[in-house]
Amino acid sequence: MNEHSPRFTPAVRIGLSIAVATGLYGISFGALAVASGFSVGQAVALSLLMFTGGSQFAFIGVVGAGGGGAAAFGAATLLGIRNAVYGAQINRMLRPRGWRRLLSAQVTIDESAATAAGQWEPSEQRRGFWVAGIGVYVLWNLFTLLGAVLGDALGDPRRWGLDGAAVAAFLGLLWPRLRSREPVAIAVVCALATMLALPWVPPGVPILLAAAIAAVWGWFGHGPANEGLEPDVSPEGNGGQG
Amino acid sequence: MSLWAWVLLGSVVAWAIKFCGYLVPVRWMASPRMTRVAGTLTIGLLASLTTMNAVSAGQGVVLDARIGALLAAAVALLLRLPFLVVVLAGAAAAALLRLLS
Repeated sequence: MNEHSPRFTPAVRIGLSIAVATGLYGISFGALAVASGFSVGQAVALSLLMFTGGSQFAFIGVVGAGGGGAAAFGAATLLGIRNAVYGAQINRMLRPRGWRRLLSAQVTIDESAATAAGQWEPSEQRRGFWVAGIGVYVLWNLFTLLGAVLGDALGDPRRWGLDGAAVAAFLGLLWPRLRSREPVAIAVVCALATMLALPWVPPGVPILLAAAIAAVWGWFGHGPANEGLEPDVSPEGNGGQG
Repeated sequence: MSLWAWVLLGSVVAWAIKFCGYLVPVRWMASPRMTRVAGTLTIGLLASLTTMNAVSAGQGVVLDARIGALLAAAVALLLRLPFLVVVLAGAAAAALLRLLS
């Protein structure tokens, strides 16, 4: 340990760079939310309260594709289940107590969990978790607001290709998780199931069908246990994907 | 229920799921099988959401400018460009294809 103030330890630096890289793309969430028919207030509420990027994108994606509130809720909730696993990991590492526990639950996301898990020392794990968690929270919300206001001013979302931006955003969230053959197989099967189901069932239901397939696959499969639990922005890289 | 109600309910449940991880015995939640299901679920849902946003049109399948966005995003990801650039590439491809058609 060095004798300097612990302000810029490795965990703090990684946490800050993750916060900037992740927070920035809050701008695409804000703009897409408005393009999908949400008000600026609803977009901001999702980032402030739900605060888990994948679920937020799922929520607006289902509504944007014509699904109802219940289907959006279902997809967002299922996508948030991995956060319980992160919660258990953080709880084991940091053992937060009292009000800190309530607060740490709110900032338990892919990025904060990955930053903490990448550190060895308990004090560094704690710094990494809080710096990444609170840093992403602050920037993600600021840029959501900016994106929503900009999206509102843009007018017709299709003219600016914002529906294409939504497709790109989901592929971008999926991509870093496709590191070996099995996740690719799961993704292909779930994509095909979605496409086949689309004409026959109400909007939003194909997602739940894909979720069921993926869950059964995970339950009975034998692949590595941490598959699919990669952060959107890797703590090892410098803000790059995968 | 209004959209606002679903937004708030979804937010409460999202926090509750996170908090659940702090309450259950570590052994149970961090079991390889639970971790695996959480991971494969994430992959399946994101693959489904990508597909739905690329081809759905109400209750049906349509191939349009969004396929161009999907391809442009894949190229950007192969080039290891940052997330925001990937999203912009998708938007630019869709907008450009619409302008040309």
